[in-house]
Amino acid sequence: MTGPSPHRRPPRIGEAPAFRRTLLAIVLFFVAVIIVAPLSVIGVHAVSKGLPYFAAAIAEPDTRHAIMLTVLTALIAVPINTAFGIAAAWAITKHDFPGRRLLLIVIEIPFSVSPIVAGVSYLFVYGLQGLFGPALEAADLKIMFALPGIVLASMFVTAPFVARELIPLMQAQGRDLEEAATSLGASGWRTFLTVTLPNIKWALLYGVVLCNSRVMGEFGAVSVVSGNIRGQTNTLPLHIELLYHDYDAVGAFAAASILATLAIVTLCVKVVLERQGAGRRNRPATLAGNESLSEVKP
Amino acid sequence: MKISLDNVVKTFDTFRAVHGVSLQIESGELVALLGPSGSGKTTILRMVAGLEYADGGHIYFGEEDATDIPVRDRGVGFVFQHYALFPHMTVAENIAFGMKVSKIRRSAEAIRERVEELLALVQLSGLGQRFPGQISGGQRQRVALARALAVDPRVLLLDEPFGALDANVRRDLRRWLRKIHDELGITTLFVTHDQEEALDLADRVVILDKGRIVQQGTPEEVCRSPENAFVMRFLGDANALPATVRDGKAYVQDVEFDAQGLADGAAEVLFRPADVAWREDGQGVPAQILRVLDRPDSRRVLAKTTGGQSIEFDTAPEFPHRKGEAGFIDIRRPRVYATG
Repeated sequence: MTGPSPHRRPPRIGEAPAFRRTLLAIVLFFVAVIIVAPLSVIGVHAVSKGLPYFAAAIAEPDTRHAIMLTVLTALIAVPINTAFGIAAAWAITKHDFPGRRLLLIVIEIPFSVSPIVAGVSYLFVYGLQGLFGPALEAADLKIMFALPGIVLASMFVTAPFVARELIPLMQAQGRDLEEAATSLGASGWRTFLTVTLPNIKWALLYGVVLCNSRVMGEFGAVSVVSGNIRGQTNTLPLHIELLYHDYDAVGAFAAASILATLAIVTLCVKVVLERQGAGRRNRPATLAGNESLSEVKP
Repeated sequence: MKISLDNVVKTFDTFRAVHGVSLQIESGELVALLGPSGSGKTTILRMVAGLEYADGGHIYFGEEDATDIPVRDRGVGFVFQHYALFPHMTVAENIAFGMKVSKIRRSAEAIRERVEELLALVQLSGLGQRFPGQISGGQRQRVALARALAVDPRVLLLDEPFGALDANVRRDLRRWLRKIHDELGITTLFVTHDQEEALDLADRVVILDKGRIVQQGTPEEVCRSPENAFVMRFLGDANALPATVRDGKAYVQDVEFDAQGLADGAAEVLFRPADVAWREDGQGVPAQILRVLDRPDSRRVLAKTTGGQSIEFDTAPEFPHRKGEAGFIDIRRPRVYATG
């Protein structure tokens, strides 16, 4: 809109209406078929035999137990992995040490490795026939087929989530801010709380949300280490599979709808928190934001 | 606070950034570390600050050995090249940060007063509630300075303080920084790759190349008597003609230059573009004019000697000669340095 022009502007790449409509159509089609349709089916099937049946399916003790176990697992695994992720990102981006690149690769292994491999390897380490199995049994510590095993497997799978969100951002931010804070006399902890954390909080939040969704939804690794004991070590995803194999389709869909709801609640929390942040736009959260604002001359 | 560096060494992985640098900065002095990129100047500054540890040698603050004092307790004010202002804090919060985290307890009232005082010092009164993203580059620079001064540092260290600013703002800020320094009398060390900036601002200039000090002295000393070809070239435009030294004389083609004290062998004659007179005949190195460039206050002539060397020199705007003409260049103030 730089003023009236007698010539018609030649369209830039991707501006032709046909191209735009086709692109949009493809995207909407995929969203509908791949994401929206299956999720709607869950909701519809869950209440297909009426709401009372749905309520009963939810209230069923084994299902309730599975929900509690899933939430409990998330409550333990997510904070630990968050702390780990921050520590790893901090170490990798703000310090130089030998093996830094190697650590970066190791942290990413859970992304590329199948979760079932994680589950099996935990079995080899902590299981009865495993490395520490006899010692653990002697000490009467139950890791496999119990909550600790489920938490450990979930943590393995989600270890990279927070770190991977933070590392690119913290790398882009560099070390200047921390160095400035330290040169002004701030301790490491104080620097982290007052300088680093405020500048990474949105990426951190996103990482936590992803981590949480994955912990709650993890199936493969957990199914190996939990032992699928109904009402004891069955998390929600495992329980859904169990119900499905029992030909309890409505029960399975009801439980699935709970899992989906948990995920949606997580996303809503994220959106609400972000909204609150957006209201404080005048506090640019990143250095990049700082630079992009127009300059006011003296 | 007097600062001394005694044979300081720093190596990164396999790259030796600083080779045994020894340097004295007198109390209240304003010293520039000047050098091309990779000369180790920023590394030296960061070692004085404690942001890097020296691999060898000692750094003294007064009589105290500060080599192993962590940056947090070293009591230096450091101004970063890109200011490193905390983007989520207001200007006032940025300036107050050092006082808030200090081991010396200050009342909120005292901190507020000091912030106002510093804002006035850097001529930003009234901008305390702005965020760094809402002020100009020059203003950010001054906030960074105020923030560094807020903790009453023993030494002020500035890393390329004007590097990110445009030319006009640079010049103003430079003069202003000198004024502030004269008012406060704080020992100041700054890093720059801009010779004009160093000569304009500093009491003393330390010139570095490849991790070593190649010359130090007042701006007058380094300008008038550069000790080697590197300093001569680095401080400003310089022409070089290859020469041969025989019996205390350097010869360029058949022209003779005084080269007392130099051993026989290869050398070069260096001279500034302003130190050339063009002669139509007579003495001087024979040359031909390639181009004449016009500048607001002078003419710059590009020429080639008959020996094939390109040279440039400045003349009065009335210089009458044109492209293609042949003549002789008469060199005033030639400097002869051995090569190889």
